[in-house]
Amino acid sequence: METLCLSQSKITKIHDICEGYNNDSAELINILHATQGTFGFLPAEVQEVIASRLDIPVSKVYGVVTFYSFFTMTPNGKYPISVCLGTACYVRGAEKVLEELERQLDIKVGETTNDGLFSLDCLRCVGACGLAPVISIAGKVYGRVSPDKVKKILSEYYYQE
Amino acid sequence: MNAVKTTADLTRIRESLCTSSDLFDTNENSGQVEIKVSMATCGIAAGAREVNTYLSEIIEREQIKASIIRTGCMGYCYAEPTIEVKIPGEEPIVFGHVNKSKIDDIVFCYIRKGILPDDITWMKTGTAKEEDLSSKQLHIALRNCGHIDPESIDEYIKVDGYQALGKVVTEMSPDEAIKIIMDSGLRGRGGGGFPTGLKWQITRKSQADQKYVVCNADEGDPGAFMDRSILEGDPHSIIEAMTINGYCTGASKGLVYIRAEYPLAIERLKIAMQQAREYGLLGENIFGTDFSFDIEIRYGAGAFVCGEETALIHSMEGKRGEATVKPPFPSESGFKGYPTNVNNVETYANIPLIIRKGAEWFSRIGTAKSKGTKVFALAGKVNKVGLVEVPMGTTLREVIFDIGGGIKDGKKFKAVQTGGPSGGCLTEKHLDLPIDYDNLLAAGSMMGSGGMIVMDEDDCMVAMAQFYLDFSVEESCGKCSPCRIGNKRLHEILQKITSGNGEEEDLEKLRNLAGVIKDTALCGLGQTSPNPVLSTMDNFYDEYIAHVNDKLCPAHQCRRLTQYFIDPEKCTGCTLCARACSVDAIKGERKAPHVIDPTLCVRCGACIEKCKFDAVYVH
Repeated sequence: METLCLSQSKITKIHDICEGYNNDSAELINILHATQGTFGFLPAEVQEVIASRLDIPVSKVYGVVTFYSFFTMTPNGKYPISVCLGTACYVRGAEKVLEELERQLDIKVGETTNDGLFSLDCLRCVGACGLAPVISIAGKVYGRVSPDKVKKILSEYYYQE
Repeated sequence: MNAVKTTADLTRIRESLCTSSDLFDTNENSGQVEIKVSMATCGIAAGAREVNTYLSEIIEREQIKASIIRTGCMGYCYAEPTIEVKIPGEEPIVFGHVNKSKIDDIVFCYIRKGILPDDITWMKTGTAKEEDLSSKQLHIALRNCGHIDPESIDEYIKVDGYQALGKVVTEMSPDEAIKIIMDSGLRGRGGGGFPTGLKWQITRKSQADQKYVVCNADEGDPGAFMDRSILEGDPHSIIEAMTINGYCTGASKGLVYIRAEYPLAIERLKIAMQQAREYGLLGENIFGTDFSFDIEIRYGAGAFVCGEETALIHSMEGKRGEATVKPPFPSESGFKGYPTNVNNVETYANIPLIIRKGAEWFSRIGTAKSKGTKVFALAGKVNKVGLVEVPMGTTLREVIFDIGGGIKDGKKFKAVQTGGPSGGCLTEKHLDLPIDYDNLLAAGSMMGSGGMIVMDEDDCMVAMAQFYLDFSVEESCGKCSPCRIGNKRLHEILQKITSGNGEEEDLEKLRNLAGVIKDTALCGLGQTSPNPVLSTMDNFYDEYIAHVNDKLCPAHQCRRLTQYFIDPEKCTGCTLCARACSVDAIKGERKAPHVIDPTLCVRCGACIEKCKFDAVYVH
């Protein structure tokens, strides 16, 4: 694993988050949500800081981070893309949309593009099954997506850059 | 300030709210048009925010006397964005697929002149018209969804909100209230179908100085969005029901465990909790009694197994969401070791109405052993994808064909999956089966939380089983080996079959292994994960045989078993397919028949969609 050196200000920030939850290890998941919300991801160093602050083994923090799909240890792209592979999207062709995204971005699921703009992930059901297949880019939900619409959707973001 | 200290206070607030709006209704001249915009996640994704903004602009510009209410999901997901327009003295009309130009038509033709524009999808609500999704339905849990502004406690109070809570805490003993829930026959709507009243009673009888009530809003079943819609459309009903539950079981603390994937539901729930506190309906001395109760939110982090109550409790304690053996049941020893009553969102949504209308009213609806209604998220290859609530005992045919409008693009119905990854595929022969807990179980599926995915002739049942197994493998918490290893092996065998390397003995292995997992896995997730395999093997064995013996996928879905061809007789050489092909697998001269190179073709199907002459076919 890459070694990152956390700056003192970042460590203080993590301490503040833990403090906000009374350094209570029962609040670990909420703390991780807040930390990921601030840093974008949860690298090993961050987990170590949290573990020592909450006075629990790092293995416990790591166990929780890796258990839940919402937490990530690698940085996401500037515009994280999530393809819904819930059942409704699946039967309406979400896989083909995913393949087209992989082809257009030239990355696989779980990877980030070289320019750091996009990362690609799958999730199970955003609950917008009426619009299947659905993808979400940086929190914005696109419904009724087909492979031939992918290029146009991505170009919106390239255009912004 | 609107602090509610007695039930009389609540009645007073309700009456003052009702009179102020009734004034508008009775006075013809100042009659206000009421416009509701469906603003749940799916509506917003389809453009409801833009619709809302444009509506406000046009109403101000044209000086139309109208109020715009932002509601939760109206249930017509297939027609989003949708708005409902009520002209005084007229029946409300729902317009679907609304955009700017349609809003112009609605405002100038309908609101101004009372003429219904004919090129807009519209339906009357509450009538038995053919195009009406509401017929055959009965809304109990969804009673307020799409009708009231979820961000306004006054709107909830106006429709008799918090009356049930007032009645329970001021007029009833906990045992009397629990008896109503028991007599109503309400069973858990999260999937298991455990009698709700009994669960409450067990928690009540457990001795402890602290107890918890939990709302399970970890709707992880892919293809289900009932709980999200209720939380987005009617969050106060959940708060009211949880508080009633707290009073009955003796808990002073409520926890909502909700998926982090539902930001809008979380936001609306937070707003609702804040309003309830301001009104004194949450917090200390509710309705002036010595009963105090408050609610906190705990976030899920994307793990399906956390829908299982023991796993959910571990997750709330900040641990990995692994299931543990029951007993002890959470009602005896749950969150932090204290008695904890876990109910699902939809179960809670039924409670206030049962208290208000009585057990007898509720138990008259439904079948002998399954009372009340069930909300289904109808999705997949059906014309009218949406949120439906029907009395128990309604048949699958009524839901899929009468309410759902039949199969998309005139295709043939093949199967319907209920119960998500834990359920099974039901077929043509089950269409007239009245839906209830026991019937679905007997047919090899289960009620589940209410996902209902419709499949047509183009869906391969073996691939479907593989899809669900893929899900179960990924979501297994890894604690017990039947689920962790067994499902992995099941998945591998299915993969072998769908890629054309299956042998007949694999089918025997599948069945045996599925049986073992069912019998030996630790929790509900593991025990039910082989259901999709078993039910598709029971109902579509010929498809498995075709994959294994003939190396054919009858639905042309398993890519390794299909090949794309261009019919030289039909191909005009228009080059449309070649241009659509993303891997340059289609070669040919202009105006001459084209050919697909099978070594390059990734079988994406783009050529089929583009071809105007039906020249591309799959074999």
